[in-house]
Amino acid sequence: MTNLARIKISYFLMITALIVVGFLQSWNVALTIFNLCVISSIMTLGINIQWGNAGIVNFGVMGFAALGGLANIIISMPPTSNAWNVGGEMIIIGLMIFTLSVFFSIILFKKSNLNNRVKYIISFISIISGYFIMRFLVDVPIEKIEAIEPAKTGYLGGFNLPVLLSWPVGGLLAAFSAFIIGKISLGLRSDYLAIATLGISEIIIYFLKNEDWLSRGVKNVNGLPRPVPYEIELQSKEWVLKVSDYLDIPITELSSIIVKLSYSILFILVLLIILFLLEIAVKSPWGRMMRAIRDNEVSANAMGKNIKQRHLQVFIIGSTIVGLAGAMLTTLDGQFTPVSYQPLRYTFLIWIMVIVGGSGNNFGSIIGGFLIWFFWVQSEPLGLWFISQITTYISDTNIIKSHLLENAAHIRLMFMGLILLITLRFAPKGLIPEVKR
Amino acid sequence: MDYLNGITLILNYIFIPGLTYGSQLALGALGITIVYSVLRFSNFAHGEFMSFGAMSSILLSWLFMSFEINIHPLPTAIMVLPIAVLLTITYCLIVDRLVFKFYRQQNSKSVINLIVSIGVMFFTGGLIRFIVGPGDRNFFDGERFFLKARTFKNITGLNEGLTLKTTQGVTILLSVFLVIVLFWFLNKTKTGKSMRAYSDNKELALLSGINPEKVVLITWIITGILACVAGTLYGLDKSYKPFTYLHLVLPIFSAAIVGGVGNPIGAIIGGFVIAFSELIITFAYKKIFFYFLPAYLVPEGLLQILSTDYKIAISFVILVIVLLIKPTGIYKGKIL
Repeated sequence: MTNLARIKISYFLMITALIVVGFLQSWNVALTIFNLCVISSIMTLGINIQWGNAGIVNFGVMGFAALGGLANIIISMPPTSNAWNVGGEMIIIGLMIFTLSVFFSIILFKKSNLNNRVKYIISFISIISGYFIMRFLVDVPIEKIEAIEPAKTGYLGGFNLPVLLSWPVGGLLAAFSAFIIGKISLGLRSDYLAIATLGISEIIIYFLKNEDWLSRGVKNVNGLPRPVPYEIELQSKEWVLKVSDYLDIPITELSSIIVKLSYSILFILVLLIILFLLEIAVKSPWGRMMRAIRDNEVSANAMGKNIKQRHLQVFIIGSTIVGLAGAMLTTLDGQFTPVSYQPLRYTFLIWIMVIVGGSGNNFGSIIGGFLIWFFWVQSEPLGLWFISQITTYISDTNIIKSHLLENAAHIRLMFMGLILLITLRFAPKGLIPEVKR
Repeated sequence: MDYLNGITLILNYIFIPGLTYGSQLALGALGITIVYSVLRFSNFAHGEFMSFGAMSSILLSWLFMSFEINIHPLPTAIMVLPIAVLLTITYCLIVDRLVFKFYRQQNSKSVINLIVSIGVMFFTGGLIRFIVGPGDRNFFDGERFFLKARTFKNITGLNEGLTLKTTQGVTILLSVFLVIVLFWFLNKTKTGKSMRAYSDNKELALLSGINPEKVVLITWIITGILACVAGTLYGLDKSYKPFTYLHLVLPIFSAAIVGGVGNPIGAIIGGFVIAFSELIITFAYKKIFFYFLPAYLVPEGLLQILSTDYKIAISFVILVIVLLIKPTGIYKGKIL
């Protein structure tokens, strides 16, 4: 089968599956799945350009996504009125002093020609003293900020700007941190890089979970502004009432469908733009260079390509896309919940999407994102159905049966593992293989 | 007297917990290191293998508890450990036969193996949750303490108590025993030497007639033993929950890398470095200063360097620092 045929068939089947869900379960469910599918596809595209085209293993997906989510708060929430008066600037100054102390030691290592032991001692002293000066400046203001109506605010708040702006800003935040992470870890061998990125993304998430002054930590930020109208507003609109009469759908359901549809349109637009840009990039000489580096670093190096720089570049590009998708995800949820970013689960889910879809093929990544997210959501009822099928002949009071039914939801983890293993074994190129150029 | 109190405090809150947690991490890191040095990939499924071992111990100890067979002062889990170890080894070998063997024969890149191990991780995690459910399981029985705080206070007349939980004592003793046996095996027996030769130079080892399948078999047996014991001990000490094991794999990797991947001594050192730094950095030093300094010098506040919430994040910070300064780890690794 040619790639085009594969794309056509798989996309057609995927859309059919979503429509079937629409008819069987409800259109609301179908659209919810669809929206998350689009977001996963965007994240998958970001990882695919790193892994599929450049061979970089980035396990930091959730960290970047969380930074995108943070952008939502910083951009769109109203500032907490008192927080800046009781010493919000102090926190910024403290953080800057600490950053400066770290930068000082980095520059010391790069530029000066002192002997190594002296360098270690000086940079150790500089970082430690930077840290304690920061703590000295920051501790009291943080306590004061967190004391301002802790049930409602207790954090710095944001800039009260339109929420759509947070998407590019989320990308930028992710790009900035990707630059730092890349500088630290891109020189490492691939599996060290994997663990390092995973570890750093855990650090980011721990930071967001515990620094209440920034993001309210585990107390979550609720009620983020929306780029689309609220259901209540829609229900009083004339045209919605008419459509509701015409289609014979209850108004509450219709309004939520309209909200989800408008999200879908926004997301699809972003997806198409990113896909377009990535396709251009992959087809350009730049894309050929990336693949050359991936396939043979030594010879690419001999041809005068700066491998470190190119790796850093593609790492930043991919992470930006993930950050953007993370921002979109938080906007869709309408709340920022740091606890929901579980690196070990969702990061690898994105990876399964990349591998199953076909690493190195953007269209493959999209279908991978759709397919795996669809299965992830639907395998819970599917697992329940499966278990109840195989246990039909066991009486209902049987302890084994009730235990099996109780834990049927966890069958989806097994499903995911199996899908990944089977793909890697029997179709390592994925559903839609990379195009040979 | 005050100094003695201070020292007891340190022993009780840093030294003994650090030694326990460090031993658990060290056993886990040893498993990862051994797989890495022989099979040449980072095994992300190791945390779930530990979880599998702990689950086997739990199910077996429930079984034995229901027959009221026990070794009273010690937890039943220790008694059933050998059977649980056998189960874990069997599981590891099945996984190897069905999954990893194929990629070994293909000579796949280590990244591919890593991703495969993630698939195994997902599958095993699902299987475990399917069998015992996602909830908290407590399977500790027997005497809770070797040494109670009150007994210690009565004997010594100090203000601060020193406790030694049974689980802590068992963990430390069992780990020491296992590590001694492991090193004896690797350094003194013929099979152990052949394993080291294989991990050092595969081609040369094959030329001198070492059977690669046997080496792989032994590797998985050792991994199974280490994973099962480490998982059970961690579960006994902290209580078993599948989700925590998913996360345990990260500090374990940190320990292995900090010590130098592929080096068993490094793995042990790495485990203790991670465990002690977590405790030292998140400990509230107020009380210690209270004992060591005159009253007017004791500063206010808890005197924590970082809040306890950051406990696990510390292992990654250490990991990043080590990767920055010395990517090979404390001991240069790669060979057993």
